[in-house]
Amino acid sequence: MSASLEIGIASLTQMTISDQHAQPQVSSEVAEAGQKTVGSPKIKAEVEGLNFFYGKLQALKNINMGFNANQVTAIIGPSGCGKSTLLRCFNRIHDLYPETRYEGKIILQPSGINLIGPETDPLEMRMRMSMVFQKPNAFPKSVFDNVAFGLRLRGVAGKELKDQVEQSLRSAALWDEVKDRLRESAYTLSGGQQQRLCIARALATEPEILLFDEPTSALDPIATAKIENLIFDLKREVTVVIVTHNMQQAARVSDFTAFMYLGELIELAPTKVMFENPAIKLTEEYITGHFG
Amino acid sequence: MSDFKRIIAKRKRQDFIFNIVGIMCTLVGIVTLGALLTDLLMDGLTRLNWTFLTSFPSRFAARAGILSSWVGTLLIMLVTALTAVPLGVSAGIYLEEYARKNWVTNLIEINIANLAGVPSIIYGLMALGLLVYQFKLGQSVLTGGLTLAFLILPIVIVATREALRTIPQGIREAAYALGSSKWQVVRHHLLPYSLGGTMTGIIIALSRAIGETAPLITIGALTFIAFLPPLPVTTQPPFLSIEWLWSPFSVLPIQMFNWVSRPDQDFVVNAAGAGLVLIVVTLLLNAIAILIRYRVRKRIKW
Ligand SMILES: Nc1ncnc2c1ncn2[C@@H]1O[C@H](COP(=O)(O)OP(=O)(O)OP(=O)(O)O)[C@@H](O)[C@H]1O
Ligand SMILES: [Mg+2]
Repeated sequence: MSASLEIGIASLTQMTISDQHAQPQVSSEVAEAGQKTVGSPKIKAEVEGLNFFYGKLQALKNINMGFNANQVTAIIGPSGCGKSTLLRCFNRIHDLYPETRYEGKIILQPSGINLIGPETDPLEMRMRMSMVFQKPNAFPKSVFDNVAFGLRLRGVAGKELKDQVEQSLRSAALWDEVKDRLRESAYTLSGGQQQRLCIARALATEPEILLFDEPTSALDPIATAKIENLIFDLKREVTVVIVTHNMQQAARVSDFTAFMYLGELIELAPTKVMFENPAIKLTEEYITGHFG
Repeated sequence: MSDFKRIIAKRKRQDFIFNIVGIMCTLVGIVTLGALLTDLLMDGLTRLNWTFLTSFPSRFAARAGILSSWVGTLLIMLVTALTAVPLGVSAGIYLEEYARKNWVTNLIEINIANLAGVPSIIYGLMALGLLVYQFKLGQSVLTGGLTLAFLILPIVIVATREALRTIPQGIREAAYALGSSKWQVVRHHLLPYSLGGTMTGIIIALSRAIGETAPLITIGALTFIAFLPPLPVTTQPPFLSIEWLWSPFSVLPIQMFNWVSRPDQDFVVNAAGAGLVLIVVTLLLNAIAILIRYRVRKRIKW
């Protein structure tokens, strides 16, 4: 009983937080977090009253939050709380399956287009987003063709294609390992290399928002560190959303952290605040591992 | 402790017994097949030579050959493959990737599975009514090829769908996430990745069609034919001709059937020779299927 009350209050608190950082006059803590990058943060995407249904099951319940441009937002929460579901709304992957339904809005700035509106073409949204999935899913093609595929869809060819493939592989910290085997099948790479290949593939198309769904769960600490550095660098160019089970990772790479529980957003705050002084008890319990 | 030992000993005994039974069962299959093959080889090899392959059938067993029937088989297979493959693969892709899953597609799905089990002579009857009488295609290579195409269409559809289903959903998601349209996903990913399975299914289907006799007799394939269909290439422009499609035909199994039903023992030997050719072609097809499957498995493992 008291728990559900808490969640009720929580979603209220969280709304005020997200409203705050959407405004020009932000609280000192938010401003501080913003200054780590350039100037005051601009909003890239706003989620408004988002509900999501798998058939009868409601997986997301009235989510309201903002994602700052050129910042990293981490989404944390226990397994099954809807992190992947939220992420997958952004590139409309849910549309591939029957009996899925969105309610509410995800407003993409600066255009103000509603990402999940029925008038919006999912194909266009997928051209503008990139996603790195929970499980590595390289194509059974050559290393080169994996990275080149998205570029070719966008009409890139010739020398430019080669250069961009190389650039993406370098960014994903994979170039040195694969530069002599670009023609080999991606399936000859190790699991961690395959995941970095998927990251390179996602970077290549220069998306507006990069969606990472636990990108490092299959990687060793060295590769993980490389990816984390990469994510940190990436925010100069793009907005990053990352789902992670790893608290340290969220703390290391993100500017904002969102905590989800049972399909609801419990708390959204600057990462520093979230980890040092969370407003809500449930968040604290989860972060400190005294959960349930 | 000793209890354990007793239980383990009992299980080992069971394993041993099943091992023996299994070997026996396998042997029954292998020995029968071996016996059949040796019999066919002994009879057939004596007749198998160049003139046998290049002669028309004849009233005299020693002069009779299988030229018209193997050419017929080849042409029929060509028509069958050229129609059943594009139709079946497209239908399979449509059902698996495009069609919404509802009761209509469920009904179609059940029907296709059932069609694969319909006796081949029923297809012959259908083709006789539809292709020969209705569409007036005659008792031709075209009719024969289309009949067998109908026959194997369900097999090709099912094989295509099965092959598509082995592709992990994550691959589709990755392709869509990059902004591919449905057709681009099919064209650049699903088709190439499922090619091995689809090809295997197609070849198995063709090797079934190549031995079919009943539906072709039903539509009126000839049992004795002493000429070849017109050549597909001509000396005058446009150099290609489809005249052969309208030609009457015979095929290897019908030729065999015809020879076996004769009282003269020499003709039965001829039938064995033709059977040998048929079996070699079928085994060759199967070998190709296995080779493709092996090579694709080596390249793509999910
Ligand atoms: N395709 C689906 N059909 C029906 N229900 C689903 C489907 N995918 C997820 N769900 C349900 O939606 C809820 C949220 O799932 P989601 O995959 O978003 O969780 P998650 O937070 O990403 O968990 P994890 O950390 O384990 O990846 C879960 O209760 C899950 O059972
Ligand atoms: Mg998940």
